[in-house]
Amino acid sequence: MTSLVSHLGSHWNYLAVIILMMIGLYIAISRGNLVKKVMGINVFQASVILFYVSMGKVAGGTAPILIEGEASIVYSNPLPHVLMLTAIVVGVASTALGLALVVRINEAYETVEEDEIVALDRAEDERESPEVVR
Amino acid sequence: MSGLEVHLPVLQVLIPLLAAPLCFLIRKESLVRFFAIGVTFACFAIATHLLGQVLDGPVIVYEFGGWARPIGIEYRVDILNAFVLVVVSGMAAVVFSAGIGQARRSIPEGREYLFYAAALLCLTGLLGVTITGDVFNVFVFLEISSLSSYILIALGQSRRALMAAFSYLIMGTIGATFLLIGIGLMYQMTGTLNMVDMAERLKDVSDTRTILVALAFVVVGISTKLAVFPLHQWLPNAYSFAPPLVSAFLASTATKVAYYLLIRFCFGIFGIAFVFEQVGIDVVLLPLSIAAMFIGSIAAIYQTDFKRLLAYSSIAQIGYMTLGLSLATQAGVSAGLIHVFNHALMKGALFMVAACVAWRMGGTKIEAMKGLGQRMPWTMAAMVVAGLALVGVPGTVGFVSKWALVMAALEKGSLLIPFLIMASSMLALVYVWRLVEVVYFEAPDTEIEAKEAPLRLLIPTWILAGASIYFGIFSSFAVDVAKRAATQLFAAGS
Repeated sequence: MTSLVSHLGSHWNYLAVIILMMIGLYIAISRGNLVKKVMGINVFQASVILFYVSMGKVAGGTAPILIEGEASIVYSNPLPHVLMLTAIVVGVASTALGLALVVRINEAYETVEEDEIVALDRAEDERESPEVVR
Repeated sequence: MSGLEVHLPVLQVLIPLLAAPLCFLIRKESLVRFFAIGVTFACFAIATHLLGQVLDGPVIVYEFGGWARPIGIEYRVDILNAFVLVVVSGMAAVVFSAGIGQARRSIPEGREYLFYAAALLCLTGLLGVTITGDVFNVFVFLEISSLSSYILIALGQSRRALMAAFSYLIMGTIGATFLLIGIGLMYQMTGTLNMVDMAERLKDVSDTRTILVALAFVVVGISTKLAVFPLHQWLPNAYSFAPPLVSAFLASTATKVAYYLLIRFCFGIFGIAFVFEQVGIDVVLLPLSIAAMFIGSIAAIYQTDFKRLLAYSSIAQIGYMTLGLSLATQAGVSAGLIHVFNHALMKGALFMVAACVAWRMGGTKIEAMKGLGQRMPWTMAAMVVAGLALVGVPGTVGFVSKWALVMAALEKGSLLIPFLIMASSMLALVYVWRLVEVVYFEAPDTEIEAKEAPLRLLIPTWILAGASIYFGIFSSFAVDVAKRAATQLFAAGS
């Protein structure tokens, strides 16, 4: 038990990532409100960005700016950080597209609640072909 | 090699990428249309040239800016991805020349150029995922193709297309982010993003829990994009509410690229010894593939909409492909690859038929297709040809891939799997026959004013339907290339 606690203590960054990840995924799955779903996805993506950023940190390492002539300096790994610039762009793009779709859905259905949209679709089906529904 | 030839791998992706913003500058509809068609044909020409090169010679490595790995990013073309490039760009060329943007009532007047920009970006992403040798690049290109395909799907004429695109966006983003987590874990253990380096270094750390978790994230992430049962929920709505030609394009390219990725990660990066012997994902993937074959086909039988029927049938066909993969033999993988090529042809043809029907009738309800056999004889004949290919009648492409799959299963020593393949083919016969019956043997309820589809749609439809017969009889091209691709993949992996 104590080893687990100390393990978590030294890996608390991963703990934060996992908690954020689960919060995001849970919101995306459980909420019926489409805007909240998009936000859930956003939190989920943010957790992955945190994961990469904390991965690049080397214990005792400094910012990766080369200091000439000093070989003993430990630098943090800049590559995961740079990768996350791209991932942030991707995240912004998918959030923007998701919200734009929600706006269009709101115009077409006049609601952003998933169960109301499903009910509207079902009502439309029954109007169009009553014999199929039976 | 001449000056330009060296740069073909990067031009493959760069041409459609640069063409997309150019659509904004051109704007004029007829010009944009020809421009986009020209671009897809250029991509197709490059892809066939690359395939010819790798069939004759060694693997092509293109280093960006002259930086060799592990520092630089590289594009890596072997027979496997050259083959997928040919399938993707070839299908794009056919579907684009059918006038992918000219769907009735889908796109507001004067906005067609935006549509072409999105379609070209989608093509860029798909080609980029296939050609790159860098795993992070895979994620970026995957998101480029996914984001643009959400836009394309949302342009369907009914308001349900919006909801379909939204659920696809949620599922797709979760899938891609899972892939990103997996890539992160792999990077953590290997310190490289290059596929070849990663494959080498993974051997030393493959017994760690981190890599096991990475495999889980990667496989689930890609399977979401591939619509492996039970992660297929987004697919039926997305394909049935998207504009008809967009369905034709996505059905014959997007899932194929995801399948390629799954092969690449399982055999090229993690390695067969780890994925199948040590972890044994075939224990999960094989039953799921068989379940997909049956559940997809049975669901297809009960559909009342033509495009929805085709979408469910796609889920079953993806089951055949993943079945080939989960056999984990050279014959199994090459059978899966043959089916990638063949399924692209026949499902492309069937969705093109759906586009013809939608163009004349305004919808694709099976109920409304009664008696269309007399009204649209050429379109419906193409449907019968492609439908027979889907069932797997000898002389069509469907037979070639099912034969290869059955042989691969027999080689593995299983008698049950060939039997199940036959049984699910019978189910395919049921839904294809149901279409044929409605179209040819039932009188229309009311007099319909439909006539033959315009030649612009009909010619590409018949190119695909004709190809699904041609490559069924002269099957050696796809079979040879797929076999050599699998051989190369297994040789590199061991």
